[in-house]
Amino acid sequence: MKEIRFHGRGGQGAVTAAEMIAVAAFGDKRFSQAFPAFGVERRGAPVMAFARIADKPIRIRSQVYEPDYVLVQDVTLLDVVEVSSGLKPDGMIIINTDRPRESLKLKTEARVITIDATTIAMEILGRPIVNTTMLGAFCGASGEVSLNGINNAIADRFSGELGKKNLLAVKTAFERVAK
Amino acid sequence: MMKVVEGSHAVAHAVMCCAPDVISAYPITPQTHIVEHLSQFVADGKLDTEFLTVDSEFSALSSLVGSSAVGARSYSSTTSQGLALMWEVLYNASGMRLPIVMTVANRALGAPLNIWNDQQDSVGARDSGWIQLYAENVQEAVDMTPQAFKISEDPDILLPSMVCMDGFILTHVYEPVELLDKEMVSKYLPPYRPGVVLDPSKPKTFGAFVDPSMYTEIRAMQFRAHEQAKKKIEEAAREFAELSGRYYGGLIDTYQADGAEVLIVTMGSVVGTIKDVIDELREEGNKVGLVKVRSYRPFPIEALRAALKDADVVAVVEKDVTIGTQAALLTDLKGGLYNYRDMPPIIGFSAGLGGRDITTREIRKIVDLARSAKDGIETEYGFLDLKEELL
Repeated sequence: MKEIRFHGRGGQGAVTAAEMIAVAAFGDKRFSQAFPAFGVERRGAPVMAFARIADKPIRIRSQVYEPDYVLVQDVTLLDVVEVSSGLKPDGMIIINTDRPRESLKLKTEARVITIDATTIAMEILGRPIVNTTMLGAFCGASGEVSLNGINNAIADRFSGELGKKNLLAVKTAFERVAK
Repeated sequence: MMKVVEGSHAVAHAVMCCAPDVISAYPITPQTHIVEHLSQFVADGKLDTEFLTVDSEFSALSSLVGSSAVGARSYSSTTSQGLALMWEVLYNASGMRLPIVMTVANRALGAPLNIWNDQQDSVGARDSGWIQLYAENVQEAVDMTPQAFKISEDPDILLPSMVCMDGFILTHVYEPVELLDKEMVSKYLPPYRPGVVLDPSKPKTFGAFVDPSMYTEIRAMQFRAHEQAKKKIEEAAREFAELSGRYYGGLIDTYQADGAEVLIVTMGSVVGTIKDVIDELREEGNKVGLVKVRSYRPFPIEALRAALKDADVVAVVEKDVTIGTQAALLTDLKGGLYNYRDMPPIIGFSAGLGGRDITTREIRKIVDLARSAKDGIETEYGFLDLKEELL
């Protein structure tokens, strides 16, 4: 079983990203689960969401404490939340930032991936909503879900022009990370 | 076909398949998404029902007492403070023998205000005469919905039912679910045909004044209907399994209980986490198993006795507390077994109150404590994961 923890701020779509990973993984013929760290939702406040992917039905209901992957949608969270807490040493953390990796001072042995998802999202979507861009990066860097699976999850969620733009954001991030 | 959907969506869809004539509900976290989806189904023309948007939970259940009494299949959903506000009407619904079905998205009660999951709300209503079923996962909450209508509307039963699902943990999770098929449900659940209804052309009264010469008998009839319901709950689960292929046990279910030295008894979504821990413990050579209570009311003491009698020790884990004594499932179980000989020692824990996460580590701790109670109980009851330093 692989466990994923999302860090974001209320309104950035971290919960939606977790849901879309669950949909994508299930589309890949695996089992999945996604849920928010239930809080009192406020725009801008730090939020968490979780996802699990496994080859058999998932029964566990506790939160994720030792994730294989951590996705950070907003680099300013590094000042207020211990985002790499419990992250497995052979795991991976993907951070939305334009800052150099070394400047982040992360306390982890895990692989660190940075991507300027905000710029990608602003160029393609015209808004700093980075969740789908981060999904593209996760897909490209981890290979835990297929690009096709993510694309189907996006198409399931967003229709028309918005769907197309989000698909392009996914593809752009995927290619940037996978190269 | 299985699909990854939100628990609330799946349950609302299940309610739609049961074709209720009247829905009356007031939105409250974490139940809100259930009634939002139902309201959307009605707006989209997918669900032909009278959807009452009322001013409070008191009105929600009161209006269903009326609709159920005229013979309409009636549904509501609530949680926590909303259920507390329904209190008086809970007893009216069961006393009038009205087969209303209600999804309870279990949540803690205030004060202090807390929106997170535990089961103090529905467990507190255990004496109200409602049937109470507890779901382990979204699929079970979905499948319990038509089962609840079938049990409730049975002419031998005529009791209201609560389908209890852990708030947020099950209402807000996205996981693979087989959404119900409307045709399958209509085959399983025949239209509600009440024997006695309110009818202006043949006037009669429901829930009228009863003096001491009859009141005891009314309660005794409800009591006997609960005894009858034990058989019906088993039958409803088996009949549903024949059509759907899904079965979760009847009144109780067991997991790795054969030859188990330690048996954990619990209800609701923590069952899943405990099953994972049991698999780990079994691999390590520890004989640990689980008994899951699906029906808390009626309380299946005969089935529990049979399931527990050969264990060395029993540990109850529950998301409630009975302040002033211990906790509800624990005291019900001990009370029900007291007059039998040769039962194992029983200890219990209040866990997950106000949404405190129940981790695999805490479940392991329970098993360790249970083992040490085998040769003599030191602490019969306590709060799991208690921060003594904050008291």
